[in-house]
Amino acid sequence: MAKRNTPMLDELEKGPWPSFVSDIKQQIKGKQVLKEAPEDLLGVLELSYEDKITHWKHGGIVGVFGYGGGVIGRYCDQPQNFPGVAHFHTVRVNQPTAKYYTSEFLRSLCDVWEKHGSGLTNMHGSTGDIVFLGTTTDHLEPLFFDLTHNLNQDLGGSGSNLRTPSACLGKSRCEFACYDSQEACFNMTNEYQDELHRPAFPYKFKFKFDACPNGCVASIARSDMSVIGTWKDDIRIDQAAVKAYVGGELKPNAGAHAGRDWGKFDINKEVIDLCPTNCMSWDGSKLTINNRECTRCMHCLNVMPRALRIGTETGASVLFGAKAPILEGAQMATLTVPFLPMESPFSELKELIEKVWEWWMEEGKNRERLGELIQRKSMQEFLRVIELDPDPRMVLEPRSNPYIFWKEEEVEGGWTRDIVEYRKKHQR
Amino acid sequence: MPYDPNDPLKDRITDIGPRYFRDFFPPVIEKNFGKWLYHEILEPGVLVHVAESGDEIYTVRVGAARLMSIELLREICDVADKHCNGYLRFTTRNNVEFLLDSKDKVKPLLDDLKGRKFDGGSNKFPVGGTGAGITNIVHTQGWAHCHTPAIDASGVVKAVMDGIYDEFGNMRLPAPVRVSLACCLNMCGAVHCSDIAILGIHRKPPMIDHEWIDKLCELPLAIAACPTAAIKPAKTEAGGKTLEVNADRCMFCGNCYTMCAAMPLADELGSGIAILVGGKLSNRMSRPKFSKVVIPFIPNEPPRWPSTVNAVKKIVDVYAKDAKKYERLGDWAARIGWERFFEKTEIPFTHHLIDDYRFAYTTWRTSTQFKF
Repeated sequence: MAKRNTPMLDELEKGPWPSFVSDIKQQIKGKQVLKEAPEDLLGVLELSYEDKITHWKHGGIVGVFGYGGGVIGRYCDQPQNFPGVAHFHTVRVNQPTAKYYTSEFLRSLCDVWEKHGSGLTNMHGSTGDIVFLGTTTDHLEPLFFDLTHNLNQDLGGSGSNLRTPSACLGKSRCEFACYDSQEACFNMTNEYQDELHRPAFPYKFKFKFDACPNGCVASIARSDMSVIGTWKDDIRIDQAAVKAYVGGELKPNAGAHAGRDWGKFDINKEVIDLCPTNCMSWDGSKLTINNRECTRCMHCLNVMPRALRIGTETGASVLFGAKAPILEGAQMATLTVPFLPMESPFSELKELIEKVWEWWMEEGKNRERLGELIQRKSMQEFLRVIELDPDPRMVLEPRSNPYIFWKEEEVEGGWTRDIVEYRKKHQR
Repeated sequence: MPYDPNDPLKDRITDIGPRYFRDFFPPVIEKNFGKWLYHEILEPGVLVHVAESGDEIYTVRVGAARLMSIELLREICDVADKHCNGYLRFTTRNNVEFLLDSKDKVKPLLDDLKGRKFDGGSNKFPVGGTGAGITNIVHTQGWAHCHTPAIDASGVVKAVMDGIYDEFGNMRLPAPVRVSLACCLNMCGAVHCSDIAILGIHRKPPMIDHEWIDKLCELPLAIAACPTAAIKPAKTEAGGKTLEVNADRCMFCGNCYTMCAAMPLADELGSGIAILVGGKLSNRMSRPKFSKVVIPFIPNEPPRWPSTVNAVKKIVDVYAKDAKKYERLGDWAARIGWERFFEKTEIPFTHHLIDDYRFAYTTWRTSTQFKF
């Protein structure tokens, strides 16, 4: 039984959705080394519910030897009342790509965290890490030792460094995967361990790997470098399966709309007319796609996954510069490399990354994300840096303002002129 | 060989990275890697993926609170051991997926999950989160762990998920609705492209802790941190170095506080929730879109945040009735027009919803094409 009264939090034990309050309460009886932490966390949270303001202070500098990231210091601003969470640091543990686990490994993580922390976690943090929520400074080194020696497992990133990369589940369980997003993510994570653990960047940098344009890890909105699978050739069509969808033998959209009666599947209304490029037609017995006009939006594939398959010449598009609003406003990633082969060991991608980083580390201001630097220095400058020719695929439309920053070498005769010669023909 | 506190660098291992993901694959996934043919959602929360070989893998998806105890994680391991040879995964939206290699294992697992409840009465493992419904709300730390939040996260999510619980276990919406929460504008969760985003915002300029600011902060860094150049150097009465904030230029981003702990801005009355809608990040049919602010402020209402819950429910209900099949919330709003969106959802349109930050002009109407 809890020793603290938490009447407001107790209200959050009601209702059908899993209650984190009930869950924290069950940890109060657990064997975690920081015995009082779950109870005091509820206590300080209850106080926040009364005061309508947080009671956590800025993190101090804590971490493990040799790393600048991976641990975030956290202290309570009412330590006398909540000694169990007076020091309550977060440890980011690099998740296995696409978050597959065996119960054996998950249990070993629990055991380590029982031995060194509060017994509370986030599964997972927004960037993807396994988050161990709450420990004290003296536990950091032993925890890191156990993680590395016993579990063969490293920390993730925090601070101005490469954040823990993440990927969708790709080829492991998805028919739409255009490249091995998991292998790419794992390979990059290992290649750039130094950048991940030792902050040397102007600000955070995120890679995320989506294996198709459906974008299940949201890379296009929240990663400085977004790698999205795509293909160049034709969508493969199984005409018999198309007929089976039209005939009602197969459920459209893999059954995703089964909770409501939307009427009989109508291929014209649900596929042909919704194609954003109008590149498809259905003559009552045959589906035709003008693949040259297709922009690979995935809608038809999503609606008829048993009839349509992605092409076979696959790779990825690379986009740069997405971020949330802080500081200059939110940005979506900008398509920069329309197509890149994505075979292990991903040399083309690494070459690109290193050019980008070199420029950003040289030119970027403190706390300036790559997308903001591209806006400040221009897309043209960015293309020069990464040695890529401009391409209409990189813009929605060409510029409408004609204020073009011509360079001197682009203008015949250069910029140096003689005012005296000019005045010979033009009076003052 | 345990850790030796007297020699912490002895036998040190660093930079080994995460465990290799393929070590944790169920055999059927390892065998059919890259050879999946199609998938189907058999019922809400239950998926089957079929490989070229004819092999199948069944997935049962359950919602979770994200903030999890190791007691709960061990129970998840027990379930995985009992039903699926110990194989499971987590989704990017904080669901847990139990991975089964045959269909006859699905029903016993579903029956088992149904019976597991927390002492307080809530479900431990609600099944759903697939297809044209509402899956789990991704969120940040809030008052449970963060130093800059305007709102709580876990509590708001719990209250909202209780409110839209039926849509988690159903697939009766026109398209998926992704709800996300970030407890401040830093947006660790990057919620700015969600169908419905619940966002913590501040409304009061930072206070200055004049006595301490020069000891706690690099003053030039705090000045440089301000995106509107509203912060400048000043002197205290005693002649010490401090800062001054031009309150009229402050848009309450909190970036100065992130750089300088002596400039707190959270406040009982000043901080609360903004609701944004219509974002998406899939490339399906229409391009990815940002979410747009439709409710500029809702006060913090712990413990159950009724105004926020009702606002989300109302938007979902109107969208569910009005949108066409496959139409995402933002595509629906764009089709009917934002004037109709506010009419149908009965959300008042206020001056706070007209952009006055950078690139504001791109969101104004430069046309006579509008609806009365």
